[in-house]
Amino acid sequence: MTPLVSFQNVSYRVGGKDILRELNLDIESGETLVLLGRSGSGKTTALKMVNALLRPSAGEVVVEGTPTASWDPIRLRRRIGYVIQEAGLFPHFTVEGNVGLVPRLEEWPPEKIQARVQALLEQVGLPAEQFAARYPRELSGGQRQRVGVARALAADPPLLLFDEPFGALDPVTRVELQRQFLELRRRLGKTAIFVTHDVREALLVATRIALLHNGRLAVLATPAEFLRAQGEEARAFLACLDSQAEPA
Amino acid sequence: MTPDLAREIMDLTLEHLVLVGVSMGIAVAVAIPAGILLTRRAPLQRWVLGFANVMQTVPSLALFGVLIPLPFIGGIGKHTAIIALVLYALLPVLRNTLTGILGVDPAVRESAIAMGMTGRQLLFEVELPLAARTILAGVRVATVTTIGTATIAAAIGGGGLGVFIFRGLASVDTTLLLAGAVPAALMALLADGGLGWVERKLSRA
Repeated sequence: MTPLVSFQNVSYRVGGKDILRELNLDIESGETLVLLGRSGSGKTTALKMVNALLRPSAGEVVVEGTPTASWDPIRLRRRIGYVIQEAGLFPHFTVEGNVGLVPRLEEWPPEKIQARVQALLEQVGLPAEQFAARYPRELSGGQRQRVGVARALAADPPLLLFDEPFGALDPVTRVELQRQFLELRRRLGKTAIFVTHDVREALLVATRIALLHNGRLAVLATPAEFLRAQGEEARAFLACLDSQAEPA
Repeated sequence: MTPDLAREIMDLTLEHLVLVGVSMGIAVAVAIPAGILLTRRAPLQRWVLGFANVMQTVPSLALFGVLIPLPFIGGIGKHTAIIALVLYALLPVLRNTLTGILGVDPAVRESAIAMGMTGRQLLFEVELPLAARTILAGVRVATVTTIGTATIAAAIGGGGLGVFIFRGLASVDTTLLLAGAVPAALMALLADGGLGWVERKLSRA
């Protein structure tokens, strides 16, 4: 079976600096691959290549068998859900407008959009009658993030990208949303690529963890294998588990 | 106030309004698209803003004077006045269009692109609505300034309330000065208040 997403010798250089170096990585349908790494390790850069927000300097990213360079970027992006930190909701759209955006761009009939928005809001635990007409500024950080997840799921994309989605939330809300993520994944069986610098979060949500260090793939392992991983960078991340301090 | 004066005030106020309306109409029609274009062409920003800046620094009476001898656009009369007023009004609208659009939260812009918006959709559904308030603030500043500057248009035969002011200055007649200045000031206040009201409406949406 061909992988859903495949990084093939992908490098990314900007201003003479190597952000990614010859990354090779396949993401199979149904898995949640976590890109773990420090700030500047290249994990977000790798993620943004999947929906062609960035283009590789060398190599190619293949999505559903077609290199991103050959995709119409608009078509590609509408098949990929995208969730970022602080959600990036449109402040001038209501919750309903935000969640229904991609269906509207895809010119679904209005009744179908409305029904879809309602169902999605229920799924992320925000009853539509209470939340649909609100604006993002009238929501808490956790609620905004839930709306962000609902928006990414709107057009039922086979692939979801998460860029530190829960990074700005308080620890309690973060755990709630991580649980919801697992619950949604169990129910919907979507493929996800999930960027985080939090090793606990990685171990919790991943089916496989790709640890990036200075733009290179340092470790690729299941969570169970990762716990036993050697290598300096993996040990550095695992050491966070022992410390009492809350990972940043 | 004699009926004749009252009637003349009405006529010249109307003329003033037309001067301001036409100039602002042209300025907005040029500056907003130009501002949008500049957000896509970063290297040009310095040049175009520089030109608009220079236009603003030229004393208004001098600008009117400089335009007179120019072929086609120059001469005595309304069209020269309008060209000068447009040149003045460009900068605030242009600059605010640029700042408004560039000020859109990068995360929001990135989301819009990542969700598969086309360039057009990004502009009309995200950037312009979010920049609307800033752009309108520029239009408001430009309108109020133009109402004031338009009084000088009378010096080159452009008509408007400046006619009273120049006549009053020449004949040292306070009544005439006030007949020009008071309606112009009221017009500026009304425009400021009205556009300010629309701005607040927009910011609530």
